[in-house]
Amino acid sequence: MHEKYLGQLQKRSSKRKLTDRLVSFAAIACVVIVLIPLCSIIFEVVNRGGHVINWRFLTDIPRGFNTEINGGLGPSIQGTLILVGLASLVSVPVGILTGIYLSEFAGNGRFPSSVRLINDILNGMPSIVIGLLAFLTLVLAMGSYSVTAGAFALSIIMTPIVVRVTEESLKLIPMTVREAGHALGIQKWKVSMFVVLMAAKKGVLTGIVLGIARIAGETAPLLLTIGGTRSFFGGFDSSVDAIPVRIFQYARSPFDPANSAAWGGALILIVLVLIVSVALRLIVEGKSFGTKAHTL
Amino acid sequence: MTIGVAGNKDHKSIIATFMLKKRIKQDRIFRLILFAAGGYILFIMGLLFFTLSQGSIPVLEYMGLEFFYGIDWNTVEGRETYGILPYVIGTLLSSAIAMVIAVPVSLMIGVFLSEMTGPRVSTPISFIIEILASVPSVIYGLWAFFVFRFWLVDYVELPLHKAFGENIFLFARTPFGLDIFSAGIVLAIMIIPIISAVMREIMKTVPNSQREAAYSLGATRWEMVKTAIVPYAKSGLLGASILGLGRAIGETVLVTMIIGGAKGPLAIPDSLFSPSNTISALTAQNFAEASGLQLSALIGGALVLVILAFGINLLAHFMVSRMVKTVPTA
Repeated sequence: MHEKYLGQLQKRSSKRKLTDRLVSFAAIACVVIVLIPLCSIIFEVVNRGGHVINWRFLTDIPRGFNTEINGGLGPSIQGTLILVGLASLVSVPVGILTGIYLSEFAGNGRFPSSVRLINDILNGMPSIVIGLLAFLTLVLAMGSYSVTAGAFALSIIMTPIVVRVTEESLKLIPMTVREAGHALGIQKWKVSMFVVLMAAKKGVLTGIVLGIARIAGETAPLLLTIGGTRSFFGGFDSSVDAIPVRIFQYARSPFDPANSAAWGGALILIVLVLIVSVALRLIVEGKSFGTKAHTL
Repeated sequence: MTIGVAGNKDHKSIIATFMLKKRIKQDRIFRLILFAAGGYILFIMGLLFFTLSQGSIPVLEYMGLEFFYGIDWNTVEGRETYGILPYVIGTLLSSAIAMVIAVPVSLMIGVFLSEMTGPRVSTPISFIIEILASVPSVIYGLWAFFVFRFWLVDYVELPLHKAFGENIFLFARTPFGLDIFSAGIVLAIMIIPIISAVMREIMKTVPNSQREAAYSLGATRWEMVKTAIVPYAKSGLLGASILGLGRAIGETVLVTMIIGGAKGPLAIPDSLFSPSNTISALTAQNFAEASGLQLSALIGGALVLVILAFGINLLAHFMVSRMVKTVPTA
């Protein structure tokens, strides 16, 4: 009797172990499967885009009619930098102030809760819809496609990210830091801006960098707002170009040289985003909210 | 309270009250600025609904409710018809294909990173996955269009078609890579890094006592994950998946490049290998030449998309939001 149960138990236990092994194997396989596309993407972008990159490609305006690469992506690179810069100019202050509000001043009342909720939902809105919003407001009001409309769309995409990360970073700062400030008789707004925010600055910076990495590669909202052009920046009410939009257009072209230029643009874009991501990593790695706050 | 001016007691207290009032006023002003910043977020969301509703009035007046269930899309003047249904189907179907693949794979990756390996392995792999999550979708699209779809046709779609094409309608069409199946697969590749990064964070929030309890009852690692981790983190894991779904239904350029860009009744797929279209891709393809009624129809489509995304993210907010500390690279 006893032996019979023992045998059954052993059988079942070896089956359980087998399942465990199989699942572990499947997990490793999943990780490998996911790494394959990354390797392929990086390989193809470097391989196909690398040979078109030269000084002229980085600085000249696009010339020719897609049938030959003759010129470069200068205006697109400039346009992307201007768009991201302008969007950050709006998103960083608005995002940080909203984050401070939610973490330091608001509590859990109806208004702050709805700001949190709407912020999260806005963060998940399809970017093309945001582009349509910018088109229906700014482009129609100004009468033309413009860098302002593009930057407005990008700032709507970036702001919720900054808000969220700022709020979460500020909440990690221990209460004692705030109490120390208040005990010295410092006003609440100064405590928030110069003590709590400064203690959490690495977290906040992470949010900003995250937002920049996200909007630098956005394509859909720009398709509806910036118009696209072959010349350099010509004022806040005129069209600009952006790297992702240029990649998209060149990729849909039937001509090989244009496709090569798309890969070249992809290489530039991926290098930009990688630089931003690595910067993010460095910021995060050096961070430790608790200790930082205590050494204040 | 420090005051710089010497004087009798009354004088001092008057100045002190004055200073205090000034300080309180400063705080009030600051509070007002913060309130305005928070209000801005609500304002943008309100503006989104207002402008899209406003913009879709012409097409709704012209088509009536048929706009929502009609399947024809004709922009020729005089015979204009706009029905959004095929693109809603395409949107939901391509996202569903993506989710069917992405959720189990992401769960496995999450388990691998949080339960199977120490920081020496999981840190670099997490780093790589975060990079993947930050690759712009236009680059996924470029890669899918020029590289991946040929693999997919040769190694997945054609073999499936040859083996099952005659018997199962799902594989009936001769595949050539620009179809709803490839769109779903590439969407999955795009959202797996996003979902798995969040899932890893969520699994890490499960307290060790849960794991220890399962192990002390003799559970194997998989049984521990099944009985201790997954039930504890259920809502967070579900929320992470929904976040991925939100990304998939709104994705534009990648889908535009790979889904085949069908219009009207043709956009309703009759097999996995037929071309289709989504709401956002339709907008991207036709926006440049759209005006009048067609523009209004595209705006109406966007309104449908916004309502879909609003619902999905509302769900995700309540399930995941306060379990994850930072914004997933999203």
